[in-house]
Order: sequence, then C-alpha cells, then structure tokens
Amino acid sequence: MSDTTATIPVDFSGRRATRAMLAEFWFYFSENRGAVIGLYVFLTLIAIALLAPLIAPHAPNEQFRDALLLPPFWQEGGRASFLLGTDAVGRDMLSRLLYGSRFSLFIGLVVVSIALAGGITIGLIAGFFRGWVDIVIMRIMDVILAFPSLLLALVLVAVLGPGLLNAMIAIAIVLQPHFVRLTRAQVMAEKTKDYVVSAGVAGAGPIRLMTRTILPNCLAPLIVQATLSFSTAILDAAALGFLGMGAQPPTPEWGTMLADAREFILRAWWVVTLPGLAILITVLAINLVGDGLRDALDPKLKRS
Amino acid sequence: MLRFLLNRIGLLIPTFIGVSIIAFSFIRLLPGDPILLLAGERGMTDERYQAEVVKYGFDKPIWQQYLNYLGDLLQGDFGTSFVTKKPVLTEFLTLFPATLELSLVAIVLAVVLGVPAGIFAAVKRGSFFDQSIMSTALVGYSMPIFWWGLLLIIFFSGILQWTPVSGRISLLYFFPPVTGFMLVDSLLSGQKGAFASAVSHLILPAIVLATIPLAVIARQTRSAMLEVLGEDYVRTARAKGLPPRRVVGLHALRNALIPVITVIGLSVGTLLAGAILTETIFSWPGIGKWMVDSIFRRDYEVIQGGLMLIAGIVMIVNLIVDLLYGLINPRIRHQ
Repeated sequence: MSDTTATIPVDFSGRRATRAMLAEFWFYFSENRGAVIGLYVFLTLIAIALLAPLIAPHAPNEQFRDALLLPPFWQEGGRASFLLGTDAVGRDMLSRLLYGSRFSLFIGLVVVSIALAGGITIGLIAGFFRGWVDIVIMRIMDVILAFPSLLLALVLVAVLGPGLLNAMIAIAIVLQPHFVRLTRAQVMAEKTKDYVVSAGVAGAGPIRLMTRTILPNCLAPLIVQATLSFSTAILDAAALGFLGMGAQPPTPEWGTMLADAREFILRAWWVVTLPGLAILITVLAINLVGDGLRDALDPKLKRS
Repeated sequence: MLRFLLNRIGLLIPTFIGVSIIAFSFIRLLPGDPILLLAGERGMTDERYQAEVVKYGFDKPIWQQYLNYLGDLLQGDFGTSFVTKKPVLTEFLTLFPATLELSLVAIVLAVVLGVPAGIFAAVKRGSFFDQSIMSTALVGYSMPIFWWGLLLIIFFSGILQWTPVSGRISLLYFFPPVTGFMLVDSLLSGQKGAFASAVSHLILPAIVLATIPLAVIARQTRSAMLEVLGEDYVRTARAKGLPPRRVVGLHALRNALIPVITVIGLSVGTLLAGAILTETIFSWPGIGKWMVDSIFRRDYEVIQGGLMLIAGIVMIVNLIVDLLYGLINPRIRHQ
C-alpha cells in the first residue's frame, strides 16, 4: 500500500488522495451495520458529554433531602422531576449518569493518548534501531505484561494515591506495551521495503525516516488497537472506581457510582443497574466501531 | 525440543529479574518512610525505629538490599504479613486453591461453551445463529464484570433466592481441607448436601469470571475456523465427498484449534485480573480478594510478595503455553 504515503497533507494532490482514501474507508466501514450503529451511539455519547450542563435536569452533586432513594418515575413512588430516580443521598440519577459520560470519554481519550504517544515513540525506537536498545525495551514490556493488568494498575494507584488522574496514568502504563509491540512489529516489517530504503538513500535522516516515511504506513493496526484500548481504559477505570481506587466520591463517575450503590443492591435496583448499563453501552459502542475499523482497515480481510 | 525449552526458560530470567525489581521498588516508592508505614498509626520509639531499620536492611546500600531481597525470594521467603504475622507464602498457598478452583471451573465453562459456539457460528456464517452468537459474544466481551456479578446477585440471590451471596460453602458444613478444592473436599467429606452447597456457592462467581474468556474464545474460534475453512485442504476434503461433519470436525477443527489454545493460555492473566473483581463481589476467599484487602489494609509486604507470586504464575503458565505451542507446531520450535 505505497499510496498511503500520500496521507501527509502537503499539497493539493495529497489532500485529494486523502479524500479518496477516506471515501474508500467509509465504503468498507459502512458495510458493517453494527459498526455504523456503534458510531452513532458513540457520537450521541459525545454530544451528551459536551451538553451535560444544558440537558441535565439537576446539578450532579445536588442533594435533595426529601427524595432519598426514589425509584424511576414509572414505578410507584417515583417523581417526574427525577426521571430515573435518586440515590441514597437524594442526588438525581439521570443527571449523574449524563455527567458520568464526560468522565468515561475523558478517561478513554487521555489514557489512549498517553499510551499511544508513548507506545509509538518507544516502539519506533525499538523497531528502527534493533540491537540492545530493542532487547532492553522489549524485556521491560515483558515485565509489564507479566502482571495481570488490573492488579498492576491497582498497585500503581496504591503507590501514586487513589484518584482519577493517577488511575488514568496507571492504566496508560499498563496498556502501553501493546502499542509498543504493535509499532515495533510494523516498523520491522516496513523497514526493509524498497520505499524506505530509497528514502534512506535519498538522504533522509533516521528521524525523518521513522516519523515521515515509516509511521504513516503503520497506522492502520494502531488505530484499531487504540479503539479497543479506549474501551479497555473505560472498563478498567470503572473497575478501579468500583474498588475505591479510581475517581473518588462524590464524582459522578459510573464505576464510583456503582461502588456507592453496592449496599443497596437488594433494595433499589436502579442505583445499581443504571450506571453499569451506561458503562456497557459505551464500551459496546466503541467495540462495535473497533470491529468495523478492523474490517475496513485490514487489507487481508478486505478481499474476502 | 530441549534447546527450545532451555531457550524459553532463558528468556524468562530477565523478566523474572524485572518483576522482582518492580516488587522490590514498590515499598520503596511509596510516599513516606517504609518503617513508619509498617508501624502504622501507633508510631514507635527511636531505638525501636533503628532496630527495625536494621531488621529490614534499610541501612544498607540499595543494591545490597535488592540482592538480599532476591536471595530471600530464591529461598522461598516472600516476606511476612504485617497484619496476620504469617509468612506471605503460607497465606498465598492457603488461599490459592480457592482462586484456582474458581478459575478452572470458569475456563472449563468458557471452553465448553465457547468453542462449539464459535465452530457453529463459522459453519453457519451469516446466518441468524451466527449473528446472535457473535452479538452475544460482543456484549460479553464489553461487559463490566463487576456490574454483571451484581446483576446476577440481584436476580439469583435476591429475587429467586436460589444461590447464596458470598463465601465458598455454607457454614453448616465443616471439614478439614484435603485438596483445597471445595468441590472435591465436600465430596470426600461425605456430608449430605455439602457438595450441593459448594456448587451453589461456586456457580455465580464462575459464570462471572467465565464471561470475558467465553466471549473471546467464541470470537477467536469463529475467525480461526473461517480462515481454515477457506484453505485448499478443506476444499480437497470436501471435493473428495467427505461428509461435512467429518470435514469440519477432523480436517478444519484440528488446525483451527492452535490459535484457540493460545488464546486460552493467554486468558490466564485475564482470569487473574477478573478474579480480583469477582472475588471482591462474591467475598470469595482467594488471592484476588486477598490482594485488594491487603491494599486497603496497607499490608505492604503482602502486596509485594503477592505481586511477585502472581507474576510468577502468569510467567509459568505462559511458558507452558509456549511449550505446548511448540509441541503442536514444530515450525515454531525451529525458528
């Protein structure tokens, strides 16, 4: 796929090639019905996250002392002003859920950005220079992968201190090796190809070779991995929140909300069911998009 | 084969050293003085403090501390719990069978349901069954299992009252552990109803823990089967007029299973990570809950030792998977 080098928008012809590639990509992506549905759900979630202050009926942490553990409006005892009921201290579930989308998407975005930036840099270096640099880097990645991811994230948070920011850093560190391995494998496969060798002969230095020549041709699997990591990050952050090591109360993060709700599981189904459902829908939408991206970007599957 | 074995074991040594450095650094990276952390809120006198510094070797240079730690590890000394005063290894060995039992049942569930589901979906590609199996698998794969566990508790323990909420067996039964596996021990004890009680305690956590591996295995089996079904030798087998069941069962499945076995092996890490959440929800007395509790109790030596032991298990299982893989597929052995 040598035409992908044209993705660097340098001149008009490059931009036209980009548009043609996007059209081709959309053609394959839109064939996958699930992926398109996932994309719409995901876009809706982004809209909710951005518009939360406008569409939420109440402030997420406002406590209504006269409305503790109210059920959703369609059940007996529910009120129209609290559509999805209230939690144990009288906060509106719907508002908290809407605000929660901000945290989940933010977590996914930050974690994937850190893991992607770090992973690509380290992977490029390992794959490009090989030798002892490569050996040292890959052994370090092996060490990180020897721990179950959630356990390592938990312990890292224990060292750094509980909180959303530290949870995100910990999850990014745990997810990073996957990007390193993927980038390295791609770089090693591309490095000996003619277009790279000729760029080198034409006088391109190692940094230009790595970032301008090789990297654009390694992006497809990285995009897929980034999408899948986005959902893993949301799940892991929610799990850390659930264990009390992620976002701290009263943050309306979905995992933290679940942790608060645990003691009411047999009394008030809505405080338990709804935050988890929100996590599931978000993660499912992203995974659907990820599957669609993989099918659209993987040239091996395209032919079938 | 021996060279392959030695090669793979050799590759583990740097990983082991790296893991031990992480476990070693853990206590030293914690904010604050480790001795004061160990002392807790009561604090200690100056003489006692000096004695503890010497006891833990913090007066020595850092490299010597690390070498001592490594020496202790190699002699099977993983530290002592500050809360229970028991050796970490002893605690680990007492609790590990519970996690192992839960994980084994979960992985068996995942394989027994996942592999046939994947084969079926691949053979009936594009059909209604394929689509429903794959949609279900994607939901399972996206499942926040801590929430899934709570839902199952609400339904089966709360509404239907079929299963207990926590623990491994009802308090009515008591027998000394023989194998550490409650299912086996309850049978050996011969007490009436003990086995049923053990099963009813195990079933929900096992389902929760099996969910993600089940989804992954079903998806992987399907895609491996689809790939193999397009190969020439399968077409040849079909052209020879072999019945479809024989083509799928014998020619295709055997080759499709290789990547599936890898996935099963690699889910050990997933299982142990899942065990942390599952055991916490169901109060299952295994190593996952032990680690979480230790983090909350600030029992740092347990966290340190537990990290080392758990990483050790993951490494050994990965090694076994690697070796099995080499055994099945000679091409890997000779690379």
